[in-house]
Amino acid sequence: MGQAIIEADGLVRTFGGARAVDGMSLALAPGEMVGLIGPNGAGKTTLFNLLAGTVRATAGTVRIAGTDVTREAPERRIARGVGRTFQIPRPFAEMTVLENVLTGAPSQSGERPLANFLRPGRVAAEERAALDRARGLLDFVTLSRLEDEPARVLSGGQRKLLELARVLMADPKAILLDEPAAGVNPTLLELVIDRIRTLNAEGRTVLLIEHNMDMVARLCSRVVVMAAGRRLAEGNPADVARDPAVIAAYLGDGA
Amino acid sequence: MIDLFGYGAFFLSMALTYAIICLGLNVQWGQTGLFNVGVAGFVAIGAYASALLTTPDTPDRLGGFGLPIVAGWIGAALAAGIASFLVGALTVRLRADYLAIATFGVAVMVQLCLLNLQGLTGGPFGIGFIPRPFAATATNPALFAALNLALLLAVVAALYLGLERLLRSPWGRVLRAIREDETAARALGKNADRFRLQAFAIGGAIMGLAGAAQGHFIGFIAPENYQPMLTFQVWAMLIAGGSGNNRGAILGAIVVWGLWAFSAPAIAALFPPDQQARAAALRIVLIGVGLCAILLIRPRGLLGETRTVSRHLPKAKPKP
Ligand SMILES: Nc1ncnc2c1ncn2[C@@H]1O[C@H](COP(=O)(O)OP(=O)(O)O)[C@@H](O)[C@H]1O
Ligand SMILES: [Mg+2]
Repeated sequence: MGQAIIEADGLVRTFGGARAVDGMSLALAPGEMVGLIGPNGAGKTTLFNLLAGTVRATAGTVRIAGTDVTREAPERRIARGVGRTFQIPRPFAEMTVLENVLTGAPSQSGERPLANFLRPGRVAAEERAALDRARGLLDFVTLSRLEDEPARVLSGGQRKLLELARVLMADPKAILLDEPAAGVNPTLLELVIDRIRTLNAEGRTVLLIEHNMDMVARLCSRVVVMAAGRRLAEGNPADVARDPAVIAAYLGDGA
Repeated sequence: MIDLFGYGAFFLSMALTYAIICLGLNVQWGQTGLFNVGVAGFVAIGAYASALLTTPDTPDRLGGFGLPIVAGWIGAALAAGIASFLVGALTVRLRADYLAIATFGVAVMVQLCLLNLQGLTGGPFGIGFIPRPFAATATNPALFAALNLALLLAVVAALYLGLERLLRSPWGRVLRAIREDETAARALGKNADRFRLQAFAIGGAIMGLAGAAQGHFIGFIAPENYQPMLTFQVWAMLIAGGSGNNRGAILGAIVVWGLWAFSAPAIAALFPPDQQARAAALRIVLIGVGLCAILLIRPRGLLGETRTVSRHLPKAKPKP
């Protein structure tokens, strides 16, 4: 394996006394699609928060393309090419669907107050380009006909798709998807699977948290299993599903 | 007739200076959710900066520098903008309530400085002989009043157009996104602290400009003009007019200033002379009651916030 695009080493995060992530290491090669599974409360979402910078690590390091970013803010990490979606979608509820996606456009000149007065032509041109891209992405996630609706009217599944389109505006090299199919109805599920496959085929690295083992098996050749904040097992989906330790972890969860 | 015009022009001009402060607070609070309880301090910084720059050389006091009025106004906006930037930079990373404490502290500190730094501020008596715009026409009171009103109208209109452009720019969009969900906005690469700081400094600069406009309109300034009462009035104006809406900020300033101005003759008529000083406190109550009445009928203010979309987007198709 060449240089990993994302590399976590000995990550720990405690909340009060509880160790949500407890010495987790993980490396993703460029272009890889990896499934991250494990019972509820295993620390998967917290691991995502640590990789994306949403939550600060108590110990351990995160590297993006070899650079130590452990102390870097989330806004810097997406600039380095690592984007993420949230398990519970976080749309900008009162903004339109289209504006939600436009917000994902990275470093527009128009984000500097003065540029809107001093360089209006350039701001408008960039905004037109962002608009074209946003429309294309809304089409990609089949939300085009809702573009003028406020995001709060979207269903849970549609919100997941909106978040996907929004983070893709930045054209990330790697995407962390936290349960992208949760709450998505069966017809939409096939669409989500297809879109994730497309993103990976475009060369993007994907780390996928998902409870639907069938979906994981269809998408990922490598699966990492977390339990109690640590890596419990790793391998191809079929082997992992047969691993007694994995089965025990899920049974312990009551699932 | 001429008196009625004169009073009308005076009333509207004063209301417009408050409208400018309100527009500044709307950038900070209405659009960004930054709780500034020291508005009066930033207005004072602008008023004094401009007075120092434009008054003729005065013994026992730094300056004045006798610069043109426009230089004073630019200096006022810069001074208040820089002060806001510094206050913001110190508190923006802390919890939101620290900004409230810090801004309140600034207002108190500014008040103390105004009173005690006599060599800079003239102390309790303030600064007089601040040059008035169009002073050459002062022999014709109607023309003088009309020109001053027109100038303030032009300033408010220019600010309104500029702020609307900002509100509908990518910058405004990011501010809305941060206000709705900071975690999501940061995950999309938006440095929330930087945007908030910009909004706070822009709002503060506008307040400073308002202080200068007010000072030059009245012709003299003193510390007692910049007490917490001013902050309270401006907040009442913004909430009554509709926080988050620039037109609401302007309308709220006119309505609340109207209540304030017309309560003075009402109290004079209703109370015996020996009670009038105490009855003056009723004016504050009146603003409070008026505000409650407006909010009961229109909870989001006279003109509530409307959904804003980027000015670069094509107009949305009307709903079938
Ligand atoms: N912000 C937080 N504050 C306190 N506890 C948290 C927080 N985030 C996660 N946890 C705890 O960390 C553990 C792991 O949670 P999480 O990472 O969401 O697991 P998963 O995504 O695998 O279901 C849980 O026990 C959860 O309650
Ligand atoms: Mg989770």
